[in-house]
Amino acid sequence: MLTDPSPALDADAFTLRRRPPTEKLVDLGFRQLTLVLASMVAIVLLGIFLTVFQGAREAIATFGLDFLTTSAWDPVNEQYGAFIAIYGTLVTSFLSLLIAVPLGVGTAIFITEDLIPTVLRDAIGLMVELLAAIPSVVLGLWAIFVMEPALRPALNLLHSLLGWSPFFNTVPQGPGMTPAILILVVMVLPIITSISRDALNQVPIELRQGAYGVGTTRWGAIFSVILPAAISAIMGGVMLALGRAMGETMAVTMIIGNALNFNLSLLAPGNTIASMLANQFGEADGIQVSALMYAALILMVLTFAVNVAAQWIVRRLSLRY
Amino acid sequence: MANQPITYSSSALFDRRPLHFDPNLRRNRLNQLFTGIAGLFAVIAVLPLLLVLFHVLVQGGRLISVGMFSELPPPPGLDGGGIGNAILGTFLVTLIASLIAIPVGVGGGIYLREYSQRGWFAQFVSFGNDVLAGVPSIISGVFVYGIVVATRVFFDQSYSAMAGGIALAVLMLPTVIKTTDEGLKLVPQELRWGAYGVGASKFVTVMRITLPSAFTPIATGVVLAIARAAGETAPLIFTALFSPFWPEGVFNPIATMSVLIFNFAIMPYEAQNALAWAASFVLVMMILGANLLARWISRMAKV
Repeated sequence: MLTDPSPALDADAFTLRRRPPTEKLVDLGFRQLTLVLASMVAIVLLGIFLTVFQGAREAIATFGLDFLTTSAWDPVNEQYGAFIAIYGTLVTSFLSLLIAVPLGVGTAIFITEDLIPTVLRDAIGLMVELLAAIPSVVLGLWAIFVMEPALRPALNLLHSLLGWSPFFNTVPQGPGMTPAILILVVMVLPIITSISRDALNQVPIELRQGAYGVGTTRWGAIFSVILPAAISAIMGGVMLALGRAMGETMAVTMIIGNALNFNLSLLAPGNTIASMLANQFGEADGIQVSALMYAALILMVLTFAVNVAAQWIVRRLSLRY
Repeated sequence: MANQPITYSSSALFDRRPLHFDPNLRRNRLNQLFTGIAGLFAVIAVLPLLLVLFHVLVQGGRLISVGMFSELPPPPGLDGGGIGNAILGTFLVTLIASLIAIPVGVGGGIYLREYSQRGWFAQFVSFGNDVLAGVPSIISGVFVYGIVVATRVFFDQSYSAMAGGIALAVLMLPTVIKTTDEGLKLVPQELRWGAYGVGASKFVTVMRITLPSAFTPIATGVVLAIARAAGETAPLIFTALFSPFWPEGVFNPIATMSVLIFNFAIMPYEAQNALAWAASFVLVMMILGANLLARWISRMAKV
């Protein structure tokens, strides 16, 4: 005899579970909480901009755009111009990239293109990444006590050979632009290397096989196929490194000499916006604080432009393969 | 004539080069040259790390003693002393920064990946996060100086450990958000569906299923962010300032190893310079240890 399926049992088995109101409340509350936490990014970013802009307003009103082109930094007469610092920031970061880009991309090629055993490749990659972890202030300490004294004879030689040019016409005496540029090279090298390495690793294997298939050599493939395919990501990495070099503070502050007078020579002490802030901000008062805030605003705008350009380049230059 | 088959004289199309490798060909020589240059660049790139580690180990390592961890730095001109207060201060300031940045960053990352529909607000937050990651560290110091130190919001105290911690938190935040977002991205969608399927609410799913599965990548990123923050100096110079004494609570100026290195490196006294090297040794060991720990965490998960 067939058992009659009991309708009562069915109803018991499949009652819809109503979500208790507390559960809904917790759900909604958590969502709102994470929303607020995510908004903190926007709030902090806006806060940074407003704080710096508010602080700079007095100096902007007083000095206007002349601030960018004059080089007086005179707390006694309350005359301020950031030309030396802006010039120093741009020169040190661009020249350091000029050295670091070939080194970094070359290293990345060396550890991605199957030139040496995997163990060695991983070891070099690990070491470059650990270099990025060394605090900037420790590199600065090393630059003061080890790198700069060791470098002095080479810089003296440079001065005696190229002393006729305005870029090398001062006698190197410790801190200066050149040691600062070299320590910046050390600091941006890991960024360029690791981003180039990722970019090269992402080039599809078919491109390499195709290049070798038509009979090119290894470096023929690297120069005419692999590097062009990876160039957008590498350029993005270079721009990120440029932003980092512009904002880099401690190592540069300790070795650049913090000059107040303009000198074209790369062997003479210089200054950057970041090191000016690090040196003077704690002891400044009155309009000097405002002038420093103005300089900070310029640094922010520079790094912002560079970082946005980095993202734009990655999107714009990427090859469709 | 017209339909004569085209014949190639093989010498017209191809060089009849032997097929074995000839190292003296121009292109093979160039290849070797470029390989050599790339190898040289790699050596130059690795050299600074080895030299810095060598000098920190030698110059700092030989000074390490019990007194280095338990004593205060001496007044300028005197010998001896230690960096005990700076070690404690670095831990305290980094702890404050972590207590702020980790909850905010993980929460923000959860919102971006689990709740936002990738609409304009989420895109704006992601973009803002990238911009914030690119803001120079000294600017974060200027910002916190402006909102905390100059306004004296904490019990009328100006420079304080708290201000230093907040400045470091600003620097950590983008990294923590990014790693949380990326870590949650790796969690398979099926896990979430399964949790909803057995009747879990979204909150329970995130807390009990999604977040634990993404623990490894998030922990790796967080450890790296903490290590980076511990070595930062620029945001602390005019927020946490420095103090030659033991930490006196979180609302007073505090010594940290990074600021100690900066202050003592540029002093003309040898005892102070030696303490800077010792602090570098401790700091570098801590940071390299944290980096290796992060690697170990991520390797453990792959097995």
